[in-house]
Amino acid sequence: MAAFVARRLVLLVPILLGLSVLLFLWVRALPGGPVEALLGERATPEAVARVRGLYGLDRPWYEQYLDWIGGVLGGDLGVSSRTQRPVAEELARTFPATVELALTALVFAVGAGVPLGYLAARRHGTWLDHLTVTGSLFGITVPVFFLGYMLKFAFAEKLGLLPTDGRQDPLIDAEHPTGFYVLDGLLTQNMEAFGDALAHLVLPGIALGTIPLAIVVRITRASVLDVLHEDYVRTAEAKGLAPATIRGRHVLRNALLPVVTVVGLQAGLLLGGAVLTETVFAFPGFGKFVADSITARDYAVLQGFILFTAVVFVLVNLLVDVAYGLIDPRVRAA
Amino acid sequence: MSLAQAEGAAVQEAPGGLGRDAWRRLRRDPVAIAGAALVVAFVAVALLAPWLAPYPPDKPVGQVTPTSIPGPSAEHWFGLDDLGRDEFSRVLWGARWSLVIGVVSLLLGLAGGTLLGLLAGAFGGWVDGAVMRLVDMMLSIPGLLFAIGVAAMLGAGLDAVMIAIAAVNVPVFARLLRGQMLAQSRSDYVLAATAVGVPRRWIVLGHVLPNSLTPVIVQGTLTLATAIVEAAGLAFLGLSGNDPSIPEWGRMLADTQRYLASAPLLAVFPGLAIVFAALGFTLLGESLREALDPKYRR
Amino acid sequence: MSLLEVEDLTVVFRQRGRPDVRAVDGVGFTVASGETVGLVGESGCGKSATAMAVMGLLPRRGVRVTGSVAFDGVRLLALPPDRMRALRGRDLAVVFQDPMTSLNPVVPVGVQVAEVLVRHRGLSRGEARKEAADLLRRVGIPDPARRLREYPHQLSGGMRQRALIAAALACRPRLLIADEPTTALDVTIQAQILELLRTLVAESGTALILITHDLGVVAGMCDTVHVMYAGRIVERAHRYDLFARPRHPYTGGLLASVPRLDRPRGTRLRPVQGSPRDTVPWAEGCAFAPRCPNRTGACTERTPELLGAPRALRCFNPLEAEVVPR
Repeated sequence: MAAFVARRLVLLVPILLGLSVLLFLWVRALPGGPVEALLGERATPEAVARVRGLYGLDRPWYEQYLDWIGGVLGGDLGVSSRTQRPVAEELARTFPATVELALTALVFAVGAGVPLGYLAARRHGTWLDHLTVTGSLFGITVPVFFLGYMLKFAFAEKLGLLPTDGRQDPLIDAEHPTGFYVLDGLLTQNMEAFGDALAHLVLPGIALGTIPLAIVVRITRASVLDVLHEDYVRTAEAKGLAPATIRGRHVLRNALLPVVTVVGLQAGLLLGGAVLTETVFAFPGFGKFVADSITARDYAVLQGFILFTAVVFVLVNLLVDVAYGLIDPRVRAA
Repeated sequence: MSLAQAEGAAVQEAPGGLGRDAWRRLRRDPVAIAGAALVVAFVAVALLAPWLAPYPPDKPVGQVTPTSIPGPSAEHWFGLDDLGRDEFSRVLWGARWSLVIGVVSLLLGLAGGTLLGLLAGAFGGWVDGAVMRLVDMMLSIPGLLFAIGVAAMLGAGLDAVMIAIAAVNVPVFARLLRGQMLAQSRSDYVLAATAVGVPRRWIVLGHVLPNSLTPVIVQGTLTLATAIVEAAGLAFLGLSGNDPSIPEWGRMLADTQRYLASAPLLAVFPGLAIVFAALGFTLLGESLREALDPKYRR
Repeated sequence: MSLLEVEDLTVVFRQRGRPDVRAVDGVGFTVASGETVGLVGESGCGKSATAMAVMGLLPRRGVRVTGSVAFDGVRLLALPPDRMRALRGRDLAVVFQDPMTSLNPVVPVGVQVAEVLVRHRGLSRGEARKEAADLLRRVGIPDPARRLREYPHQLSGGMRQRALIAAALACRPRLLIADEPTTALDVTIQAQILELLRTLVAESGTALILITHDLGVVAGMCDTVHVMYAGRIVERAHRYDLFARPRHPYTGGLLASVPRLDRPRGTRLRPVQGSPRDTVPWAEGCAFAPRCPNRTGACTERTPELLGAPRALRCFNPLEAEVVPR
């Protein structure tokens, strides 16, 4: 297992290095280049030349790249032109919010998706099955930002049940030692802040989690249908085992293997979708920060955030593969 | 394997591309019919928007203030938008933009992906390795962030949106096509066809390519759905440029969502339009997949 | 009273848009305690469906099961699912054809043997584990303590079938159904597994229904043999009588298609002509008629009944003499 993880980590190095080169060149290819982005379009050629020299932009690109990647490895992702603060700092500030949101979405997607998919498969061909399949097709299609808007309209505007914007009611006096507001509420034993942070996660979590939910439902359903026809399930039935044992040990344990892989792939979808979801709900996380940086043409932020996302995505999928190996003995042996 | 058997295998096991069998199944599938109906309606509206729309999409046709935006009425079925334009006409015209963005980005992505996939498949060796590593790299960035990056690089605008979405699809198609070519050229029926002496050129043209194309057709249909949604998403984030007269659905939704309290329907109409257009291609794509690929049949 | 009494058992598979399929069509037979009974026929003749119906393992949707199955006087078909579940694995057990797919790939072999003991004998996991090791040793798996922790893919096909037999016999059931238990195994392993089955059922006094298409398997093990064709029993006899003097042309055909050492060298094997798909509905005559060498006009006009006891036959024109090689 350790060798497996090590081999996978080694394989990641060239991909991430290549990606960093692409992202580095990407900033060079931006309209006007970084200097114009910094100085504005009406800067004099002299000023441009001076700044180019100042930032070492007159040197060959690979020297600049080595400089840059050295900084990146040391945690230096440049400075945001919009907030004038280090990109790494902004990332650290906004990422916990997005992690909270993405986890909420994931819990929703898996928590509702696996039982739904299982039920649909058990009732294959019934109205419940058809409803689930049709619903999941809708779920895959509906745009996150539109769903977010509808949820906001129904549950916040009309029913007044849940908050529409932000992570925490500003009137609540709360401390944030970790940046994970739900966790903070628990740590500081501030139940009001805890409940409020949770309430703020519900609607964005559902909006962000709907596409993953639809995908989990479909995969679970297809996978359970496959497993139900397996001989070993018939063997389990022939042993007269309790339905719960058959369901857990013999059906779901096998059927969830593809679901695990798919959940790993959702990490990328969730981080991308967070940009839209957080914009709709004014949720001050990583995605909202990216969205604001687009209009401000804050390329250092985009570069740093995209690189960071890729690293997170790749690592999450590595973790998923490891988890897969722990569940499936056949992979462990291979 | 005897010659006769090999011949039999070549005839029987080659899953016929868009065969008559698949067509028959499609026509009996209610999901396919619903999908096709939505797609036909969407394309018809896109093509006929200038004749269907009762008002111009880019000029005010009534008086509005931010606090009083008239809702649906007999003259204006979907009401007026925040600038006094006819919402119904704008939604109709929006179909045109969505179709153009979807089709162009699909074709660009398909072209790029085919080029990369063929490059990898045809040359093999280190070319294949390099192309596939590039594909891995592109796929390690979440699609929407990748698109944002590309669109930002090109400068906001609808053309940037199309290229950005195409770029996201390039690695997907490249991997799909390479995998298909590889799998097909190693399959039993190709072996069988080779064994009975079918010329190599005919095997590739008559068997490998058509069978590789089946999943590409399916993926293409599904990609149209995601392209429409992604384009709306990029427009929602302000990447479709500054021209407020263009009735793009995502942008309409972004521009009007601040009237959540006073005129909530303004954002609902373009939103529903996106859902139905994308749903049409999704339903059609899924039923195509089921009809063409025996694996998905139950 | 026999241990198992099957009467007029009928299994109909119904699928929307297709005609109903009568897989089992009024089958009746009995199995006494400790007896070994053979159920023989080509694939698709309904022997497996009969077994699944007895075990209550047919899906409830899309399948109609009628008739009567009495096990020790208990009518199984009328039993509520949870009571049937309590019987399965404890009093009634089954070993299936394919050991490669009949074990759960992600659960250790030990758990798959021990879970029956936990369920039906109420043993703790530790006790069940110990007993599972004993069971594995009894079915001839060396180093059982290690094998318990292993996963199915680490075991050979023969070893897996042994593990499945261990699980089936864990609670000393009174009836074991073995559905083609050796078909998927290498020829060299087949004899070992059959020998193992014979020893184990003899030791524990378990009655055995052996389902097979292989008359060679039947010859060595069964007391009574039922030959099935197209969902019905066409001939029933003690194995000595059946082999010495087959009366139904189908049985004769099956026997003639098995190579035998007691025939002169150079004797041609004579397989049954045609395929099981060439059949007529029983309602319109004898289903075997299209393939039958003894066919007469009567065969496609009236339906033959299963007549005689204990030896029984469903044929208008039975083979008269012993089928001997020319």
